[in-house]
Amino acid sequence: MAEVIWGLATSHVPSIGAAMDRGKTEDPNWKDLFDGYAPARAWLAEHKPDVAIVVYNDHANGLDLDIVPTFGIGTADHYRVADEGYGPRQVPDVIGDPELSLHLLESLVDENFDLTVFQELEVDHGLTVPLSVWTPEPGDAWPCPVVPILVNVIQYPQPTAARCYALGQALGRAIRSYGDDVTVGVLGTGGMSHQLAGARAGFINPEFDKMWLEKIEKDPAALAGLSREELIREAGSEGIELIMWLIMRGAMADEVTKVHSHYFLPASNTAAGIALFDNRAPQPA
Amino acid sequence: MTAAALAVAPPSPTSKGSPMSTNETGGRLNVPGTPIFDGQTSRRGLRLNKMLMSFRSAENRERFAADEAAYCAEFQLAPEQTQAVLDRDWTAMIDLGGSIFYVYKLAMMDGRSMQYLGGVFTGMTEEEFLAELRAGGRRG
Repeated sequence: MAEVIWGLATSHVPSIGAAMDRGKTEDPNWKDLFDGYAPARAWLAEHKPDVAIVVYNDHANGLDLDIVPTFGIGTADHYRVADEGYGPRQVPDVIGDPELSLHLLESLVDENFDLTVFQELEVDHGLTVPLSVWTPEPGDAWPCPVVPILVNVIQYPQPTAARCYALGQALGRAIRSYGDDVTVGVLGTGGMSHQLAGARAGFINPEFDKMWLEKIEKDPAALAGLSREELIREAGSEGIELIMWLIMRGAMADEVTKVHSHYFLPASNTAAGIALFDNRAPQPA
Repeated sequence: MTAAALAVAPPSPTSKGSPMSTNETGGRLNVPGTPIFDGQTSRRGLRLNKMLMSFRSAENRERFAADEAAYCAEFQLAPEQTQAVLDRDWTAMIDLGGSIFYVYKLAMMDGRSMQYLGGVFTGMTEEEFLAELRAGGRRG
């Protein structure tokens, strides 16, 4: 039986990756963000899983608008880093885990989550920036193989928050039913509040973000009750991507232990959040 | 999710734009100042977004730079979409069905940042827009 050992929620803003790639993490505009990552990184370095599942969205790099799958899963053994228009990030390609992918796919389809299968997929900043948030200096390889799970958050209608949370719960069951005794880290990516276009561009809502950071730990079902319109109104037209955090959270136990969280703005046009949860029950005192 | 939250909203009488425009709302949601990239918008913008997607390749970026109008014609853009591209009318590109993630590819080719675009969308300079973000973002 596989076990989720931790869940990590983090923004995936491309400029976070660019700041790291260009050595700007000590720059005054960025230092607080990266200082805020440090405790999570230190804990994660001591808790390396055998495999990671990254819930993310593509941004016109691996997918175009010909086909807009609401949910998808990569089943490849290798995912190249995409050229997003200025050359690929100089980070390692992503190694997959096809056996786990296919097991998750079958389990999820059996639970009526009909994911689209990606046998080939180039991964963009939506996936690689969270890996960099976790592992700033991967060297030649990321810490472990990765299974990508894709969510349409770009074209309305995005899946509901409730459906994302339910998918996460089914994902948790699928992980626990895997035959191999492997440890799993689950990453939910994106957010927090932001809006890129329109007269409301630049919209950020710290009050909403703080509420979200608290409830994602203690009361995710309440967040799953938010409508698409409420999410777009309160978190911005791109902030709705926070629904991907609910897939991560759904895969975890009802009670989790917060290891660390941090909130920062602005990262590019976005409020950036990180929240790390230990999925193992606390030891009795 | 409540049904009330997704109730059909009437088009905003104050929104502006060409007859092809998405105005500032999608068909079902009405969040002021917020373009909703919905199915109708995506249908309208499909060829424009396909062209912008092609900029992932350096060879295509060079071909576009050599003759922008011809490249737009190759992708069968509507005349107003071609004009918006040639004029770098970023607001019109969004109104005519461009997705911000696709439109941004052209902005990057021009050396423009997302903060520059944010300034354009809100009637500010890039510096003013960035200052608002650093002050905690816009509430709107």
